[in-house]
Amino acid sequence: MNRLLKPRLIAIGILSVFLLLFAAGCKKKQPAPPPPPPPPPPKEEPKPPAAVIRSFTAEPSTVTRGQSSTLRWNVENASEVRIDQGIGTVPPRGERMVSPSNTTTYRMTARSAGGDAVAAVTVTVTAPPPPPPPPAKPKPSLSDRIAREVQDVFFDYDKSEIREDARTTLQRNVEALKSILNDFPSAAILIEGHCDERGSAEYNLGLGDRRANATKEFLVQLGVPADRLKTISYGKERPFCTESNESCWQQNRRAHFVGVQ
Amino acid sequence: MKRNWILVSFAALAAAAVAYTQVQSDIVIRLTGGARKVIALPDFRGAGASARFAGVFNAVVFEDVERSGVFTMAAKSFYPLNAPQHERDLRTPPAPQAQCGGLCLGDWAGAPVNADYLGFGYLGEQGGRLVAFGNFFNTRMESPAAARVFTKLYTAEMSEEGARKIAHEYAADVLAQFGVPSLAGTKIYFVSDRQGKGTKEIWVMDFDGTNQRRITHFNSITTMPSISPDGRRLAFTTYARGQPQIMMYSTETGRFIPFRNSAAPTNAQASFTPDGQSVLYASSVSGYMQIYISDLDGSNPRRLTNTRAIEAEPKVNPKTGADILFVSGRGGLQQIYRMNMDGADVERLTNGEGEASNPAWHPEGRHIAFAWTRGYAPGNWNLFLMDVATKETVQLTHGQGRNENPSWAPDGRHLAFCSNRTGSYQIFTMLADGTGVRQLTTQGNNWMPVWSK
Repeated sequence: MNRLLKPRLIAIGILSVFLLLFAAGCKKKQPAPPPPPPPPPPKEEPKPPAAVIRSFTAEPSTVTRGQSSTLRWNVENASEVRIDQGIGTVPPRGERMVSPSNTTTYRMTARSAGGDAVAAVTVTVTAPPPPPPPPAKPKPSLSDRIAREVQDVFFDYDKSEIREDARTTLQRNVEALKSILNDFPSAAILIEGHCDERGSAEYNLGLGDRRANATKEFLVQLGVPADRLKTISYGKERPFCTESNESCWQQNRRAHFVGVQ
Repeated sequence: MKRNWILVSFAALAAAAVAYTQVQSDIVIRLTGGARKVIALPDFRGAGASARFAGVFNAVVFEDVERSGVFTMAAKSFYPLNAPQHERDLRTPPAPQAQCGGLCLGDWAGAPVNADYLGFGYLGEQGGRLVAFGNFFNTRMESPAAARVFTKLYTAEMSEEGARKIAHEYAADVLAQFGVPSLAGTKIYFVSDRQGKGTKEIWVMDFDGTNQRRITHFNSITTMPSISPDGRRLAFTTYARGQPQIMMYSTETGRFIPFRNSAAPTNAQASFTPDGQSVLYASSVSGYMQIYISDLDGSNPRRLTNTRAIEAEPKVNPKTGADILFVSGRGGLQQIYRMNMDGADVERLTNGEGEASNPAWHPEGRHIAFAWTRGYAPGNWNLFLMDVATKETVQLTHGQGRNENPSWAPDGRHLAFCSNRTGSYQIFTMLADGTGVRQLTTQGNNWMPVWSK
């Protein structure tokens, strides 16, 4: 209070002295012209205060991509408050939902004649968890793969030599077999030797054995690992076709591929 | 009871004495042909509780005698009205050539029956048991006393099974007079799929097709049976453990006997040496199925053939134990070969025509039965006999379906075999000359008979 009154008392004092001097001057005749009054003291306008950012937060500060975060701020003394990242001018107090797709830093600029203020807040964006595996698109089984990718080979009557057409088939089978064995590391391929019904059951057991073995040897020469190939002879015990004609017999003179886990 | 035993013993002694003299004159056994004696077998009638088993008894006797192939069976429609039931029923004809309605032996010896021998008797009940009084007389003799070959008492429990048993015994005694061993008591092992399509199991039956019963229960493919010479061990090939392997089974205990298989994709077709101490089999250890011999438990295997061809079905001569029949593709299509026990002196027996398989030694070791396609399309097998020394052959079946897997009966006069002549594969028996064919099985398919004593 004293400090506030002091300038006024001083002013009143100065004014009183000035009035006394003026009254004295009127009483005397033609005194010496008075000195020009001193320039008035410069008028001091009150300076506006600087802007103050009381708070600028993002809640939550970490979001998963697709979620939103709320920016909140409280600014004083600002003539203008702006937030970058396309938000633009905002009121001194407020909040705004943001959904940045990547980690983003929001910069706030509060302007005031008394001074600007700057603050920043970062919303960290994390990648969403991986989507669930695609619903039950089953991996093809070993037997599916063999049935689809590996072809049986056929033989002449009482023969176990690999025919020309069988060579072509087996050459095609090699890549499929390697790929399948690679995809099923604990699996093996069983080569079944079959015969038509005409030879004796006993001899055919040997013939089927020979057909399976000849097929295996051919595949091994082309690089299929021998320890992943097994053979079995069914002779004429498990025919594919049971009629007594050549087309049926040819169906039964074969090496057939089966997977074993 | 005691009295029965004395009676039986006495009858047996008498029969043995008579048999000795008969053996000298009447034995004519040839594999193919020979003059057959004519026999008449009027039905036995049954008294009291035994009556209901008379039908079974008569049927079994007739079948056993007919099956033997020793006799021509006199036509029943020609039999006289009466038949003697007991020796004391027989009359001495009042005058030469006089008829006495069946009670004189001359009634049976003359036209139209023309029988050389007469078997007669009756069934009765004694102490709750079934008894048969069996007689066998030579009709060509003048007096009943001289005509008697044997008179014998048979007893069994009062049941169909008992009737079957004493019928086999009576028929066996008749056949024994002619040096023909009875097949009664012999068994035939075989393979059947009747328990489930796609499976094969080992079964066994009596020689006449009765008492069919399953032995293995693998629910797999189990096949190619063989039996040891003493009938105690059954060997077979089974897929029960994956790749085909040999397994062995005791027919006495019904348990499996360990057999060590070689590490090969295929071990199969075990057969026994006549001393019962070794086993021959086919194994693909070398990459080609070859013939091996091992100890009875599979240990100590030795390779007998050494070819890059398929060799199968080893069978040792049951008489000499010195040579092996086997099937080989070494010369092209499968043929039958012979070699020594060490694998030396290999000789082809079939002449290279068609395909040959299933060699089966006759018990005497001089002839073989086998399946051959000679003269037929591949796969159309027929049964043949061969004299191993001369390689002469006789064809036994003639294109009625496929005929395979011959197996000799212990009597050396019969063969069991498999044929699809009825549309499915079934087991048949026949005489070694191809006559007297009988079907033993009807259910499902049945293959690979093995006749065991």
